[in-house]
Amino acid sequence: MGLTPEELTALLLSLKVGAVAVVCALPPGVAVALWLARGRGPLRGAVNLLVHLPLILPPVVTGYFLLLAFGRKGPVGAFLEETFGLVFAFRWTGAALAAGVMGFPLMVRAIRLAIEAVDPRLEEAARTLGARPLAVFATVTLPLIAPGVIAGAILAFAKAMGEFGATITFVSNIPGQTQTLPSAIYTALQVPGPEASAAAARLALISVAVATGALLASEFIARRVAARIRGA
Amino acid sequence: MMLEVALSHPLGALRLDLRFAAPPGVTALFGPSGAGKTSVINAVAGLLRPETGRIACAGEVLLDTARGLCLPPEARRVGYVFQDARLFPHLDVRANLTYGARFAPRGATGPGFDQIVALLGLEALLARRPAALSGGEKARVAIGRALLSKPRILLLDEPLAALDAPRRAEILPFLERLGEAGLPVLYVSHSAAEVARLAQTVLIMAEGRARAIGPTAEVFADPGLAGLFGADQAGAVLPARVAETAPDGLTRLETEAGPLFIADLAAPPGTEVRLRIHASDVMIARTRPEQISALNILPGVIERIEAEPGGRAWAQIRLGQSAILARLTQRSVAALGLAPGVACHAILKSVVLARDELSLRA
Repeated sequence: MGLTPEELTALLLSLKVGAVAVVCALPPGVAVALWLARGRGPLRGAVNLLVHLPLILPPVVTGYFLLLAFGRKGPVGAFLEETFGLVFAFRWTGAALAAGVMGFPLMVRAIRLAIEAVDPRLEEAARTLGARPLAVFATVTLPLIAPGVIAGAILAFAKAMGEFGATITFVSNIPGQTQTLPSAIYTALQVPGPEASAAAARLALISVAVATGALLASEFIARRVAARIRGA
Repeated sequence: MMLEVALSHPLGALRLDLRFAAPPGVTALFGPSGAGKTSVINAVAGLLRPETGRIACAGEVLLDTARGLCLPPEARRVGYVFQDARLFPHLDVRANLTYGARFAPRGATGPGFDQIVALLGLEALLARRPAALSGGEKARVAIGRALLSKPRILLLDEPLAALDAPRRAEILPFLERLGEAGLPVLYVSHSAAEVARLAQTVLIMAEGRARAIGPTAEVFADPGLAGLFGADQAGAVLPARVAETAPDGLTRLETEAGPLFIADLAAPPGTEVRLRIHASDVMIARTRPEQISALNILPGVIERIEAEPGGRAWAQIRLGQSAILARLTQRSVAALGLAPGVACHAILKSVVLARDELSLRA
């Protein structure tokens, strides 16, 4: 099953986009999950809705909003380009942003569930032993929610690998730049002929393999971490 | 090092409202469930912020709502032993024990790791996780963890409540030594036997308020408070010193009430023990009875009598420098003409060591 250089590029780009999306989304994901699980106030409902929007909106609409905000003429996009030289429009960074936004709700849900399962009385105990809130989080909360964080990260990664609608709307489908696996499959399906459909099948198989591998890896890691925490 | 506490805070339908000063040594917070005992130590630990109050330890103010001052828990340096241990499940015993030490201020003093591990017998447990510990082992680790954070106050919330009798017997000797370390210890308990054995000072709480506070022997000998301990738990606490053991196995003890004899006490002369004389084990006679099997008969004077609804009464008898309680009927009080100042003899049907009482009754 030999891959053409274009197909290999699409696979590697997808992996890079997925990894960057997950790594960048994790810190805000943990923070938002923490706030949703423990925070109070009227803003909580609004933020909860905002976080979950990409899950329920048509991906095309999410991509459109991203284009409006993060395009070169969008308010956020223009600011980022001016200040940090960071451009999203029609770049792989944009694909990573779209993938991150689409995976964010899945990640936050998994982490939030893990946080809600942590016994706050353990955190109280840590504070009576002299730990400030940040130290309590680093030494007690974070280790205890690690399985949930890992599960959330893998879910978000799988989502990022499969993301199509928002990506193609926001950053188009440029081979070598923004053409991820799903986009490459879509492109292959647009071309008539046995060669193109064989390419689509190959890419689809790779997608299945990557997704399955990610799931198995997450199960394995989460089980190891959970066992270590339980003290088995 | 004195711990001063004044609090007012809603407590369910009641109101927690009390003020007390705890001297160094073990101060027991004794009272029924729902009296607000745990709320008091949570307030001292900073886990509960009372509506109004002031808490100071050795001159340092931990809480003063009038000045808007409320130190967070991590700045109070309390060692809190929770009823449910609350060990960190993801850390082994060693890491649990050392958790607090790294946060203690530089100049803080306290027992060392090896000392605590030896004192609590934790050597064999150091590499284990809390999930692999028994209830008694968890309680010991929790006590060690609190002590190793180099606290200025130790708070214990019924550390023995979840344990069976053998486990209690295993931990009690360690708790007995805590008071000797010189730091104030607040010990929440609803077991009169535990309090009698461990506490130097007793604070009796009921419905959010302090009913009485004083040295353990005085509180346990107060006929007005006896009802709070319950009919079978009320009775005096008497410090004693082993004098000698006779060849027939009987040991003579010197107490402020006079000499007492007790069987089955394997302790060398000079050993300090605490005796419990249950009020229901004390009879009163106006004249010294003769031809009676009881060994411990002491002359004394009636000091106070408190009648109880239902025909019973509590009598406080002064014996030398101390006092004990007797539980009797109001009819007997009348028949014997008992009143304050009347001379009598106290017949002690049984005298037990506070130590044994606790491990037997658990």
